Amino acid sequence: MTASAISADPNRSPAAGPEPIVEFRNVSISFPGNSVLDDVSFKVGPNESRVLLGPAGVGKSVLLKLANGLLCPDSGAIHLFGHEISQMPEKELFSLRTRTGFVFQEGALFDSLTVRDNIAYQLIQEEVADDEIDVRVRESLRFVGLEQTFSLYPGSLSGGMRRRVAIARALIHTPDLLLYDSPTGGLDPVTSTTIIELIVKQRDVYRTPSILVTHRLQDAFTMCSHRFEPAEDRMVPLPKGQYDVNTTFLMLSEGRLIFDGTLHELVNSDNPLVREFIE
Amino acid sequence: MRYSVQDGSKNPTFRNLHCGNQMAFQSIENTAKNIVGTVQDYSLFAWRGATNLFRPPIYWPDFLIQADIIGVGSASIVLLSGFFTGGVLALQSAATLSQFGATSVTGRFVSTSMIRELGPVLTGIMVSGRNASSMASELGSMVVTEQIDAMRALGVDPMRKLVTPRIFACVTMLFFLTIVANFFGILGGAAVTVFMNHQNGTQYFSMAYEYLRLGDIMQGLIKPIFSGFIIASIGCFYGLRTTGGTEGVGRSTIKAVVVSSVLIIFVDFLLTQIMLTVVP
Repeated sequence: MTASAISADPNRSPAAGPEPIVEFRNVSISFPGNSVLDDVSFKVGPNESRVLLGPAGVGKSVLLKLANGLLCPDSGAIHLFGHEISQMPEKELFSLRTRTGFVFQEGALFDSLTVRDNIAYQLIQEEVADDEIDVRVRESLRFVGLEQTFSLYPGSLSGGMRRRVAIARALIHTPDLLLYDSPTGGLDPVTSTTIIELIVKQRDVYRTPSILVTHRLQDAFTMCSHRFEPAEDRMVPLPKGQYDVNTTFLMLSEGRLIFDGTLHELVNSDNPLVREFIE
Repeated sequence: MRYSVQDGSKNPTFRNLHCGNQMAFQSIENTAKNIVGTVQDYSLFAWRGATNLFRPPIYWPDFLIQADIIGVGSASIVLLSGFFTGGVLALQSAATLSQFGATSVTGRFVSTSMIRELGPVLTGIMVSGRNASSMASELGSMVVTEQIDAMRALGVDPMRKLVTPRIFACVTMLFFLTIVANFFGILGGAAVTVFMNHQNGTQYFSMAYEYLRLGDIMQGLIKPIFSGFIIASIGCFYGLRTTGGTEGVGRSTIKAVVVSSVLIIFVDFLLTQIMLTVVP
């Protein structure tokens, strides 16, 4: 972790690259009888981790699925790696999606495949040699601390282990963007911290831009207030008053984006809906 | 208070009746729209599922796995249902034919009925009950647990990976399963004829073989191609349209079995009509 990514200046804005990795422009989507997202606009810059906050049922997961084209918006434009994807045919989207890693809410592991085959799913489709697959799967499993699960089936894993395998699956292809859909939802506090530690490790070691959906404020604050220490192989708190400036926040309420800013701006926001959520 | 006929809008009874009619029409309109929308979606789905076989990537290992599940897995039920259907046909026909002193044509009756109609239709319905339901429930479970989304997120097209191998495995294996059902049906008829009706087995097989024409065999072998396509495409279609959690998986399974069974019989009727015109 370089010092430049940590700031004590509360007004310092996150590093913004020349071209955003993801950009939403006035995106709206509704399902029959229910408007889910309404005129949502935001960007994710290179090296930036965006934490999407909001109560359950406001469209956070829908927004994440829109980001890699799993859903199509009713109106507005979505740019992924510089490509406009809102009207892109599914066939062309597949190659773009291989550049993203998606961690689903419950892991979404394939029940009939072993952990090894789940993690290597993309590599198997690309007909990568078995020996290379084994090496890369073990490397991914080592990253999430689950090497012993190599030959097991998802059914024999705990909820937390399934999420960690899902993270390993998302990382094996060294993606250019990571999308986490409530990775700590329904987990106990200790397991949640383990998952957040992995996300912080990924952020600080590989510097992959990401969007993390969560309704747990403590996860969001932990991400901002900690960094990964490679020498100790664990997450450590940043000095008091410092936070990771590349980790910024978005907040959804009733389908509208009501906040887009840094941790400092979040905690000092006057918006009553933001205040209600924080407090 | 009195209301004139012209002033019906103020009459609560008339108003309720009017609202009721409006709601009924709305309901009929919505149902019609749903049916048309479903037929349109299914047509596009079936077209994509079928044409994917001619464009790479083609998942041959998945085709073989499905061929094993559908073909080998269904062999026993098809064999048994074919055998006993042939036996029942021999029993029933012998009872009627004996009144005319024509029990010698039992073999012809059983073989023609099995090969033209009962073999293809019964095999289709048996395989539909076993495999359309399993496809709908398997894919439905994958939808509700986001495994289909995960597959798409990993850059793999579920239509190519899951649907196309199932359609072609089902078409291929139903063709062979129908031959198995026909064979065991004729064998079942022979068993009843020889051991229960105490008739001549050679005569039975001779009659069963001699009166068969090319048109009969063509009818019997063209029908399973359509039935196989219906079973797999309907099973996958309803599986991938699943909504509403585990309860939705149950609904999809029921729809898949009901719709595919009815469609098999309906398409059998159409094909019989066409084949009788083309090859009388």
